[in-house]
Amino acid sequence: MLKMTDNQQRFSSGLDIGRLLRPFAGLAVPAGAVIAALAVGAILLGVFGANPLTGYRELFTGAFGGPDELAATALKSIPLMLVGVGICIAFRTGVINIGGEGQIIMGAILATLVALALPDVPRPILVPLVMIAGGIGGGIWGAIPGALKAYSGVNEILSTIMMNIIAGFFMSFLLEDWLIEPGAIRIQQTKRLSHNADLPILPGGTRLHLGIVVALIVAILGYLLLFRSSLGMRLRAVGHNPHASRAAGMKVELSITQALAFSGACAGIAGAVLVFGSESHRLIGEGGPLAFTQSAGFNGIVTALFGGLHPLFTVLSSYLFGGMLAGGISLQRAVQVPQALVIALNGVVVVFVVGSLKLRTRVQRWAEGDIQMEDRA
Amino acid sequence: MNDFFTVAIITATLASGIRLAVPFLLAALGEAVGQRAGVLNLGVEGVMLIGAFAAYYTALESGSAAFGLLMGLVVGMVMGLIYAFITVVMHAEQGISGIGIYLFGLGFTDLLFQKQVGTPRPISGLQAKPFNWLADDTGRAGELLFSHTILTYVAFLLVPVIYFLITRTTFGLNVRAVGENPQAADTLGVSVNGIRTAAIVIGNTMAGLAGAALALEIGIFQQNLTAGRGFIAIALVYFGAWRPVGVMAGSLLFGIVSSTVLQLQVQDVISGSVASIANMAPAVLTVIVLVVVSRRIGQPAALTRPFTRDS
Repeated sequence: MLKMTDNQQRFSSGLDIGRLLRPFAGLAVPAGAVIAALAVGAILLGVFGANPLTGYRELFTGAFGGPDELAATALKSIPLMLVGVGICIAFRTGVINIGGEGQIIMGAILATLVALALPDVPRPILVPLVMIAGGIGGGIWGAIPGALKAYSGVNEILSTIMMNIIAGFFMSFLLEDWLIEPGAIRIQQTKRLSHNADLPILPGGTRLHLGIVVALIVAILGYLLLFRSSLGMRLRAVGHNPHASRAAGMKVELSITQALAFSGACAGIAGAVLVFGSESHRLIGEGGPLAFTQSAGFNGIVTALFGGLHPLFTVLSSYLFGGMLAGGISLQRAVQVPQALVIALNGVVVVFVVGSLKLRTRVQRWAEGDIQMEDRA
Repeated sequence: MNDFFTVAIITATLASGIRLAVPFLLAALGEAVGQRAGVLNLGVEGVMLIGAFAAYYTALESGSAAFGLLMGLVVGMVMGLIYAFITVVMHAEQGISGIGIYLFGLGFTDLLFQKQVGTPRPISGLQAKPFNWLADDTGRAGELLFSHTILTYVAFLLVPVIYFLITRTTFGLNVRAVGENPQAADTLGVSVNGIRTAAIVIGNTMAGLAGAALALEIGIFQQNLTAGRGFIAIALVYFGAWRPVGVMAGSLLFGIVSSTVLQLQVQDVISGSVASIANMAPAVLTVIVLVVVSRRIGQPAALTRPFTRDS
């Protein structure tokens, strides 16, 4: 910085606007991304002949308008929170996990098998057991692409996508024959699983069940793992600079495998919640894998990114996106625009958030008063 | 039980496998061009869905499958320009913005379908079969080779065309240069962002066309029509080690396996559960191939890296 620019002189004397804005600089751009996405949504609503204001008011009331709505939003947000926390762990380690869908399915399958094998175990033991089984199923499904990346250099984006496809066909394989509900109607679903594995409904008169507690516990554990443990420190170091980490004596390969295993475990627990927290209490494959996972494996990426790859903020952003999903139903009812709009808007949010990262860096640098460094380069 | 093992059925199955390979082939060839230029497009699935809906809706309203195909191509091109803006200009992380494009395509086409069409109405596919007159005189082999629509021949003709484009033209040289070493290419006066934009637009146009081909082949649209085919197409690029012929081999493998499994199931030779395992096979094989490929052949050196002059 040889010469101070006019801009910098203005900032260094008198009111320092940059310093005032600094805490908000990181938030401004994602908030802008959401506003932009909502604007796109408003245009789409308008094109379909619906009043955007009415539409959004219905969406908001449907999501946050009362205790039942708040509970419905929480229910929709549970898989997003769990997958999202896992995404935080993977992305912070520099590993891209697109395999949430497959990890959800494998978690759900292993949890279902445990419930089928041990139906008479009392509920206080069986519920934790099926959640752990879900975590193990998803964890294994994450560890495989993790190890393939770490030890064989296989691109994890591709291997996790392939693992999604394999898991989808594996579920339909099991539900075609072995696990299908006995009877004349051949729907791809299991029988009603043991009552002892049902996630108990929380007191308060809503449909909200223990899954939300599970999600919050996993989020706190994820936070402690990433930011308050030496293991998490190593993971983040590998994500930041694998070469330096290796030079510092860290086992980079092991960290990558661990990160995808943890990430998969979180998604696997989401799979278990989707089975034992559902109203039917079955594993249902009818309608394809996407119908079972409700795209949570992809939407969890959205909420994690939106939560700044921080497990606790991911809980908040998942709740907001859960609200979009829950409110989408009221939106559809009120203005006759299908709730698929919400999925499309999620995509727009992702594109705007990642597309504005360059902009965010610039805003932050401007807030810190050294934007001209980039300009000079 | 042994009905499957007649020449007639095997020929029909292989011919159907070739048709099923077309969407894979178109999408994967396009993705290969983009990746050779250093841009990963994970949004192929979304672009295919948008292309499929555009083709379906146009064909439904106009009654012309060819016009539908054209619209699929055009929306693919538009998506290419959008994706180029996001990744080349705004430097967005390519893997994640591709997922954004996928979610957008998934939701948007479902929205349009429910709003504009509602109940599924079938459309008639392409009728133009340029070599059908040869099929009658040449027996089984003729049926296998000459019974396809013009789109199938175009798709397979694109294999040598893309090969020639990448390896024998100045444009192809520039594509490979910006994919391997954008800094060096920039020093030599090649417009890195321009070449990448062109490659992305080519790739997405072909993805839109692939979606259109799928919609016309199936003759119907529904939510998530592509069912993961776009993601498989991306894997096929790695499977084929970024070479058009390898991509073609992978596409044929996936196409023929799915047509064979379908045929065996229809003939009651195998049960649904065995069919699921068989359908899994190409994905498992792809993972194995990925292990081998990643050892032997490197991906384009600058893949997924945005270009800036000062880095």
